[in-house]
Amino acid sequence: MQSICYSKLQLYALFVLRVLIGWYFLYEGLAKVFTPNWSAYGYLIDSKGIFASLFVRLAENPTLLEATNFINIWGLTIVGLLLILGLFSNIGYIGAMIFLLLYYLSHPPLLFAEYILPTEGSYLWVDKNLILLVTVAVLMLFPASRAISFDNLLFRKSK
Amino acid sequence: MEEEKEINNRKEDKDSSANEFSQGRRDALKVIATVPVLGAMAYGVYRKKKAENTNRNAAEMFRFGSKVAPYSPTSSGAQVIRVGIIGFGIRGTQLMQGLGFATPEYVENLIEQSRINSANTRYQDFVEQEDLRVEITAVCDIFDTYAEAAVNAGANIHREGVGGTLGSKPRRYRHYKELLAAPDVDAVVIASPDHWHGTMAMDALRAGKHVYLEKPMTWTVPETYELRSLSRSNPHLVFQLGHQNRQIEAYERARQIIEKGLLGRISLIETGTNRNDPNGAWVYPIHKDANPKTIDWKQFEGDPDRIKEYMDYMTSAGLSGYVGPESRDKFSLERFFRWRCWWDYSTGLSGDLLTHEYDAMNQILHLGIPSSASSSGGVYFFKDGRTVPDVLQTVFEFKQRELTMLYSATLASQFSRSRKIMGHDATMEVGNTLTVTVDPRSEQYRTQIEQGVVKPGEPFYTYIPGQSVDAVSTATERYFAERGLLYSFISGKRYNTTFLHLKEWLECIRNGTQPSCSIDQGFEEAITAHMGTRAYLEGRTMYWDKDKEQITRE
Repeated sequence: MQSICYSKLQLYALFVLRVLIGWYFLYEGLAKVFTPNWSAYGYLIDSKGIFASLFVRLAENPTLLEATNFINIWGLTIVGLLLILGLFSNIGYIGAMIFLLLYYLSHPPLLFAEYILPTEGSYLWVDKNLILLVTVAVLMLFPASRAISFDNLLFRKSK
Repeated sequence: MEEEKEINNRKEDKDSSANEFSQGRRDALKVIATVPVLGAMAYGVYRKKKAENTNRNAAEMFRFGSKVAPYSPTSSGAQVIRVGIIGFGIRGTQLMQGLGFATPEYVENLIEQSRINSANTRYQDFVEQEDLRVEITAVCDIFDTYAEAAVNAGANIHREGVGGTLGSKPRRYRHYKELLAAPDVDAVVIASPDHWHGTMAMDALRAGKHVYLEKPMTWTVPETYELRSLSRSNPHLVFQLGHQNRQIEAYERARQIIEKGLLGRISLIETGTNRNDPNGAWVYPIHKDANPKTIDWKQFEGDPDRIKEYMDYMTSAGLSGYVGPESRDKFSLERFFRWRCWWDYSTGLSGDLLTHEYDAMNQILHLGIPSSASSSGGVYFFKDGRTVPDVLQTVFEFKQRELTMLYSATLASQFSRSRKIMGHDATMEVGNTLTVTVDPRSEQYRTQIEQGVVKPGEPFYTYIPGQSVDAVSTATERYFAERGLLYSFISGKRYNTTFLHLKEWLECIRNGTQPSCSIDQGFEEAITAHMGTRAYLEGRTMYWDKDKEQITRE
C-alpha cells in the first residue's frame, strides 16, 4: 500500500465525520431501545419499488418482524458505538452501509413513489440514505481517522 | 497494517528526542478521545427522557387501568343455534357473511380478487372468520332470486367457491310467518325494509324466537311501545338491535374519559353523515330478474295495522303530501329496490344514519331521549321523485343534561367531518380512534398549560384501540393509526364489527344474558329518531313528555 500523508486538518475532518455518523446511528438505535414496543412494521409495510414485496413479507411474518426489530434496534446501537469509538471500524462501516442500503432499497425516492410518512426534503432517485452510504464508503477507503481510535491501540499491539 | 503506521507516523513521533512517556500518554489520549462523546450522548438521552417523563406525568390522568373486555372465541363445543334469515338484500347478505355464510359465487369472486391482487385478504379473512356455531335452517325473501341466493349461502357451510361441497340446504319460506312457525328455528335475523321491522320482530317474539333486528327498530311511533312491552314481557328471548358500532373499543374508552370529567362540562355534540354517491343516497341497482312474477308485491306492501298507523299520523298531521306519490298497491321496481327514498317504507336519514350517530353518543354519554328535536332540510340534490330528504339537520336538546346534540347530513358531499364532543376543558373527536384537544381557556388544565406541558389547540391525547398513545407518542404512530394501518399490527387481526355484534347476540342466547343494544337502548333510539323525523315532516319542534312517555308538539 502506498503511503498516504494527511494534513492535520484532513485528519480531524475525517475523524469528526466518523464520530458524527456514529452519533447519528447510536441515537437512532437508543431511541428505539427506549421506545416501548418499537417496531419496524409501519416502515416496512410502506415500502415501495422493486423490493417492496420482500420488505412487506418481513413485516407480515411475525418471526421475521421480530428479528428485523431486534437487528435494527441493536444493530444501529452497536454500529454507532463502533464508529464513535473507532473500534473494529471496518465492521462498523460495513454494518452502516448494509443498513443504509436496505433503507434506500425499501424506500427508494422513485419518480412516482408516494410514502405515507412524509419525507423532510425533496428527492429524486438520490436521497440522504444514498449520500450517507457513499460517505461511509469514503470513510472506509480513507481510514485517516484511525489515528484517533481504539483500533489504533489494538492493531498497534498486534503489530 | 502498514497504512496505519504511515498515518500515525507524524512528525513528532519521528523525532527521536520525544520521550517515551509523553508518546504513551498521547497515544492513550488518541484511543480514548471519543469516550467523552459517549458521555455527551448519555447526558442528552437522559435529559430527553426526563422531559418526556414530565409530559408522561401530565398524560397520566389519561391512563386507565380497566381494559376493554378481551376477545374470547366461541368454544367448539358451544350449542349450535338454528337461525332463520328474513330478508337477503344488501344488509341481509352482510349479516349472513357475519354469521359465516355466503353464496359460492360470492366466495368465488373473493378468490378471484385475491388471485389478481395478493394484497387483498378478504377471502382469507372470510375463511378464517371464527365459526359461530350456527346453522341456517330457514330463509325468507319475497324476491325469488334473493331467496335462492340465501338458500345457497346457507348451504355453503365450508365457505367454498363455485363447485364446492354444499351442506344441507335451508328451507325457503315464501312468507315470513311460515318461517316463524318452523320448529327448527331458534332465532331470527331480520333485515327487511324499515316498514316491516317492528311487525316482524313482534311476530318473532310471539313465536318464541330470539331476535336480531336491524336498525331502525320501528317505522311508526305506536309500534315502538308495543314492541318494547312485548320484549319486556319475554325476557327469556334475547332481543338485539342491529347496530354494528356497539363493539367499538374506542367508544368504551371515550365513556371512561367523560366519566372522569377530563373534558369538563359538555355543552355541545356535533355529529353528521356525509356521502356522495348514488349508492349512499339509496339509489341501489335494480336486479334484471325482478318483475311482478319474481316479487311478492302483496307482502312487500306492508302489514295492514302498520299502514293504518302510518296513514292515521300522516293524515292527522296534514302530511298527505309526503305519502306516495304512487299508490301502495302499484308494482314498482324503483320502490322495491330503492324503498329508502319514500316515507311509505322508509324512516329516512333519521332512521338509517342518524341512528348510528345517536347510538354512538348514547353509548358514550347515556343520553337517553332528548327533551326536544327540531329539523330542517329538503330534497336538494337527488331529484328522482323521492319524498325523503337528502339534506337534513336535526338539533336535539337535552335540557336536563344541559347540552345540545347536532346532527347534520348531506348525501351530496363526502367531506369528512369528525364527531366532536365539546367540553369546557377539552374537545374529544370520536371515531375508531379518539383524539382529545385541550381548550386554551380550560380551567382544569390551566397549570399544565402555563407550564407548557399541555399545548392547547393541539391533540393532546390519542387513543388507538389496544394501545394508549399520548402527547409523547411519535407522529408516525398516530399517522399509521389514523390510516388504519396499526390495527392489524396491534391486535394481530381486525374484526368485522357486524360479526362481533352478531357474536354477542348468540352468546347472550347461550348464556341467558342481555346484549349491549337491547330493547331499552332500542326504544330510546327509535323515539329519538322519530322525533327528528316528525320535526322535519311537521316543520316544528317536537317535545318528549317524560312522564307520559309521549312525543308532543309543545
